[in-house]
Amino acid sequence: MVLSALLLWVLAWWVNVRIANGPAAETRAARLGVPAIFGLTLLVMWELVVRGLGVPLVILPPPSLIAERFAGSLPILWADFLQTVVKGALSGYAIGCLAAFGTAILVDRSDFLRRGLMPVGSFVAALPIVGTAPILVMWYGFDWQSKAAVVVVMVFFPMLVNITAGLQETSAMQRDQMKTWAASYWQGFWKLRLPAAMPFIFNGLKISSTLALIGAIVAEFFGSPIVGMGFRISTSVGQLALDMVWAEIAVAAIAGSAFYGVVAFIERKVTFWHPSQRG
Amino acid sequence: MKRKARAMRSLGPVLVVVAAIVALWYAACVPMNIHTAVTDAERAGVAVSPEGAAVRRDIGAVRLALGNTHVWGDTFAQEKPRLPAPHQVAAELWDTVAMKQVSSRRSLVYHGWITLSATLVGFAIGTVAGVLLAVGIVHSRAMDMSVMPWAIASQTIPILAIAPMIIVVLNSVGVQGLVPKAIISAYLSFFPVVVGMVKGLRSPSPMDLDLMRTWSASRGQTFRKLRLPASVPYLFASLKIGIAASLVGAIVGELPTGAVRGLGARLLTGSYYGQTIQIWSALFATAILAAGLVALISALERATLARMGVGR
Repeated sequence: MVLSALLLWVLAWWVNVRIANGPAAETRAARLGVPAIFGLTLLVMWELVVRGLGVPLVILPPPSLIAERFAGSLPILWADFLQTVVKGALSGYAIGCLAAFGTAILVDRSDFLRRGLMPVGSFVAALPIVGTAPILVMWYGFDWQSKAAVVVVMVFFPMLVNITAGLQETSAMQRDQMKTWAASYWQGFWKLRLPAAMPFIFNGLKISSTLALIGAIVAEFFGSPIVGMGFRISTSVGQLALDMVWAEIAVAAIAGSAFYGVVAFIERKVTFWHPSQRG
Repeated sequence: MKRKARAMRSLGPVLVVVAAIVALWYAACVPMNIHTAVTDAERAGVAVSPEGAAVRRDIGAVRLALGNTHVWGDTFAQEKPRLPAPHQVAAELWDTVAMKQVSSRRSLVYHGWITLSATLVGFAIGTVAGVLLAVGIVHSRAMDMSVMPWAIASQTIPILAIAPMIIVVLNSVGVQGLVPKAIISAYLSFFPVVVGMVKGLRSPSPMDLDLMRTWSASRGQTFRKLRLPASVPYLFASLKIGIAASLVGAIVGELPTGAVRGLGARLLTGSYYGQTIQIWSALFATAILAAGLVALISALERATLARMGVGR
C-alpha cells in the first residue's frame, strides 16, 4: 500500500507537470484542476500510508474515517459551529469592526490623536492578544459573550490601523478639489475618502476574519459551556477521539475559507475600480 | 535623520495616549473591584453604605463606588482583584523577573525562556522550509500551480486549532517538551513566509529579467544576483508576521497538556486559580517578548537594507 502511494504520487506529479508545462496551462480548468489533483493525491496518499503502515488511530486516523465521523455527527458539529462561529466569532467581529470604524473617524479628525494612537495601535496589533482570553473569560463568563469579547479585542487594532491608513490615502490635490467644491467634512468623507479607503478596509476585514475564528476557538480552551468547536477539540483530544478532532478542524477550515471568501466577494463588488481587482 | 525627527514629533502624543490609557485603567479598577472591596471593608468593621452582601449584589458597580468613596484605596490593593491596578502588575513583573533566581519556577524569565526557545526553534525551521518551498515554487511551474493555491488558502483557516492535537499525539509517542511546540510554531510561521517570499522572488520586473538574459546570465545567477536581493524586503515583512505567529503558536501549544512550564502555562494556571495578577503579568511578559522579537527583526531589516544600499 505504501508502495502504491509512492507510485500514485509520482503519477499525479507527472500529470501535473505535463499540464503545467503544456499548452493548456493558462486555462481556467488547469488553474483549478492542478491544485485539485495535488490535494486529492495528498488525501489518497494519507489514506494509503495510514492503512498500509497500520498507524494507530490515536495518532493519525485515515481521511475516510474522518469523513465518516463528519457525516455521522453533523448535529453536534452544527451546534458547535453555531456556538463558536455565529455567536462568538461573528458577533465579536461585527462589534470589533464597528468600534474600530468609529474610533478611526475620531482619530482621523484629530492629528494629535492620530500621531499618538497610531504607534500604540500598531504596537498592540503585533502582540499575542489571544493571551487576554483567560481574563475575558473570567469577566464575561463561560458562554459566548466572553468569546465575542476576545474577538473584539483581537480584531479592533488591526482594523483601526488599516482604516486610519486608508483614510490617509487621498492625495492633497484630491482633497483640495473637494474643498473648491465647498464640500463639508462629511461630504468629503463619504464621497472621496471612504471610497478611497476601501481597499485598506477590506484588507483589514480579511485579516480580521481569520483572527476572529482563531480568537473564538482558542478562548474556548480557557473555559466554555459544553458546546463549541474549541471545547470539542480540547475534550476530544483528551479522549483521544482524533477523528472527531479532525472533523472539527475540517469544520473550522470550511468556516474560515467561507468567511474569507464572503469578505473577498464583497470586496470585489465594492472596490471594482481598484487595479488589483481589474483584469 | 528624517525618521528620527518624525519619531520625535509623535513622542509627545504617544506619551499622552499611554498616560490616558493608564489613567483609564486606574479609573476602571474602582468599579471593577468595588464589590469585593466593600465586602472586605464591612468584614473589617468599617461602615459601608448599603449593608449586607446580598443587598449589594443587585447594585450597579458605579453607584456602589460613588456611595463608598472611602474604600477606593482598597480597590487598588486586593490580592485577587478582578482587574489588578497597573502598579500591582508592574510590581509582580518586577518581582518575578528581577527578584527571583532565573532557574526558579516562580521566575518569569524561566517561563519566558521556555516559550522563547520553542518559538525561536520553530521560527527557524518554518522560515528555512518556507524559503526553500518558495524557491521551488518560483522555479517550477507545476509546483507553483499545485502548491500555491493551498498555501494561500491555508492562511484563511484557523490552523491554530490543530495545536492541541499535535501536542497530545506527539506526547503519546513519547515526544515532549520543546519539540511539539516548535512544530506548531514552525507550522504557523511557514505559510506567511512562503507567500511573502514567492511575492518577493517574483518582484523583479520583466525588464530586469530581460536585462539578466541579455547578459546571458544562467538561472542560478539570475536567482543569486537579481531575485534573491529583490526579495529581501518582502522576506522581512513576512518574518515579522511569522515571528508573532510563532510566539502565539508556542503559547497556545502550552495550554492543552496542562503544561507546567512556559508563559502559556502561567496564563492557564493563573486562570485556574483566579490569580489575576499572575495572568496580567504573564500577559505583559508575552507582549514585551513579542515586541522585542519584532523590534529585533526590524533592526535586522534596517541594517540589512542599509548594507544593501536600499535603506531609506
